[in-house]
Amino acid sequence: MTENWLVQNVWLIPLLPLGASVFTAVLGPVVLRRWSHLPCVLAAVAAAVLSLAVLVVTVGAVPDEMSSDGGARGQESAAHDLSSTTVVYDWISVGTFQVPVVLRVDPLAALMLVMVTGVGSLIVVYSVGYMQGDPGYWRFFAYVALFLFSMTMLVLASNFLLLFVFWEAVGLCSYLLIGFWYQRPAAASAAKKAFLVNRIGDFGLALGILLAWVHFGRLATADGQGPLDYAHAFSHVGQISGAALLAICLLLFCGAVGKSAQLPLHVWLPDAMEGPTPVSALIHAATMVTAGVYMVARLSPLFFASPTAQLVVACVGGLTALVAALIALTQTDLKRILAYSTVSQLGYMFLALGCGTVMASTAAIFHMFTHAFFKALLFLAAGSVMHAMGNVIDITRFGGLRKKMPITCATFACGGLALAGFPLLSGFWSKDEVLAVVADRAHGDAFGWVFSLLLVAGVLTALLTAFYVSRAFFMTFWGEEEIPLEAGDHAHESPWLMTGPLVVLAIFSLGVGLALGPTGLVGSFLGHTHGWAGHEGHELKVWLMCLSGVMALSGIGLGWWMYARPNTLPERLVKRCPWAYDLSRQKFYFDELYDLIVVDVVTVFAHVCRFVDDWIVDGMVQLVATTPRFLGRVTLRRLHNGRLQFYALGMMGGVVLLVLVLRLWASN
Amino acid sequence: MLTNELIVAAILFSVGAVGFLSRRNMIVMFLSAELMLQGVSLNLVAFGREWQNWHGEMFTIFVLAVAAAEAGVALALVVSLYHQRGSLDIGRWVGLREAGVAVPPDVLSDEEEHAIQEDEIEEWPRLTPAGVEPGVDAQQPGEVHDD
Repeated sequence: MTENWLVQNVWLIPLLPLGASVFTAVLGPVVLRRWSHLPCVLAAVAAAVLSLAVLVVTVGAVPDEMSSDGGARGQESAAHDLSSTTVVYDWISVGTFQVPVVLRVDPLAALMLVMVTGVGSLIVVYSVGYMQGDPGYWRFFAYVALFLFSMTMLVLASNFLLLFVFWEAVGLCSYLLIGFWYQRPAAASAAKKAFLVNRIGDFGLALGILLAWVHFGRLATADGQGPLDYAHAFSHVGQISGAALLAICLLLFCGAVGKSAQLPLHVWLPDAMEGPTPVSALIHAATMVTAGVYMVARLSPLFFASPTAQLVVACVGGLTALVAALIALTQTDLKRILAYSTVSQLGYMFLALGCGTVMASTAAIFHMFTHAFFKALLFLAAGSVMHAMGNVIDITRFGGLRKKMPITCATFACGGLALAGFPLLSGFWSKDEVLAVVADRAHGDAFGWVFSLLLVAGVLTALLTAFYVSRAFFMTFWGEEEIPLEAGDHAHESPWLMTGPLVVLAIFSLGVGLALGPTGLVGSFLGHTHGWAGHEGHELKVWLMCLSGVMALSGIGLGWWMYARPNTLPERLVKRCPWAYDLSRQKFYFDELYDLIVVDVVTVFAHVCRFVDDWIVDGMVQLVATTPRFLGRVTLRRLHNGRLQFYALGMMGGVVLLVLVLRLWASN
Repeated sequence: MLTNELIVAAILFSVGAVGFLSRRNMIVMFLSAELMLQGVSLNLVAFGREWQNWHGEMFTIFVLAVAAAEAGVALALVVSLYHQRGSLDIGRWVGLREAGVAVPPDVLSDEEEHAIQEDEIEEWPRLTPAGVEPGVDAQQPGEVHDD
């Protein structure tokens, strides 16, 4: 596989979007104008084709005996590790400290590449229809292409420093695209919020990388690898102390918490929905927010060696999954429901990653892969609704759209069913794998009881997920037809540029899980990822599949019962326990809490600083400035009477005085 | 020998200094300043001869040259100032004072000075006529009168 031309030249994949971005940024405003999407679309599609080819090459390199499940267990690590690296550029080389730009292609990277560029190119095509006529048309595509470049580089990076650089680059793109309509105060402040909250996480990530350098950098490195290479860290993970490893893992996880919007740093993601809908689909659902999951999965060998860190990861993930699902129950903004759903599903992925086996990591990545398709689909369908409804996105203000928008309705249904985990659709298989690894972890271990609780939380979340997504679906597409005034009389199905990607994504949402889930292909393929030694084989847990299937069906049924028919059950429920409704409606008061303990404290501190600056620092300066003026007014000013001879007398007197003084001095 | 010259120089300088400080006529003040310069120059020459070198003389020649140039500028300034106020009294010029410091009683304030127009000045300076009398048709304000 290393001899393959494509794998050797994998830098082409990031280079294409970068070229498109620069090209669009330079020529967009003057030359391309209405055609600014062309470079971006071409680059994204070409990158997707190349990524698919890389995936095919990588799959082709998997040894045969491994793909038949469970049978042969080739324990030789050489057979396991299917990664190949290419040095693109010798970036930093200071003595023994070397950071080359190395791209690593292995099953995980190949899968991520296909996910990023595949979903990316569909969304770019959709954006051509969605962003039509926007004054910042070229800007949008330049940003999106820049994002695709950063994300593919992030996925291919082979050392911590490159990871950090492109981690920040995707953060920057996210900031730029959330604040794309920067004239709107809500968008501008949402962009700022996303950036600031991410800073907290990135601070942890940076510290984690520094700590990893401190500990791993001391150990001798292989040639051309550098102390920050993943391979170096993976092969020396046993040589550093447990406490140091725990600290490194937790700090790195802190970065993942920020980027992937986990509790307690999840508050930026729902606000990020102020950006254009394709951005929400691409960056804030399918790809960028999964960077945290990718990072933890990529660094699994470190986490495998630190059970406490795994426990933290699992707990944060499980708790986030449950809390975000509870919040999503009562939101009325369609995009925000989906945003909380994303937070919740990311929580699932971390829950799986926290179980600390190769199978758990593959389950997380599998769920990420299927989630990217159906969540992008749901967002794009929501964008289609928003497009038709004159930018109204409140599900209480419209309804019964299934006649006006049949394709959007059908595709939203596909995405919703996949997300709910309807049996045999993609979400069902991947969610099931996640629950299966948690169930595996739940017995026989010191922390087994924690994982048992997390399993309960996961199953409960599956029920809630099915319920809130069916609520959103039925309130939007079912019942009496109801169209807000903003839509005017042109509520219609979106153009084919928008529905086309929806249909493609819907097919993927339906099919990907069935193709990859029961066969265990993903598991045996990802088992060859760099550093993921020993895939245990794949087994289906029938009782768990039945349980989650029942949960999904009952959630959907409950949603239908409450929202698909005219009834007063929701209102009565709200009246019965208003506190629970308020808690969910107000998002568990996270924003208010942060306002109280962070924003208000900082504001008070800023007022104190201002007082000190105004009255003490400035006061001293003013005192220094006014003293000479005051003294001058009292004394010396009177001497300045403007009479020339008076001045001459002063000079003469001064000279006489000087001579006298010098004379006395000399005589002493 | 040196003492005598130094005494003369000191006297010259003192006379110039006292004249500069006590007389209010701008031209006399200028003459007094020149006297001080000559006093200093005499010093230089005396010391030059004392030490048997040319440094003092060289310096003095520079001083004379500078004084000549200065005379041209200073007299032009005096004429210009006279044109503005119609008086050679240096006490009429107190514009360098700090704002808010009282003007001496014998001096007009800036506003009062500005109020005096040039054509209200009755008496123009009388200079000794010399050379050919200018043409009758040149009726200038600064025309030479012959009383």
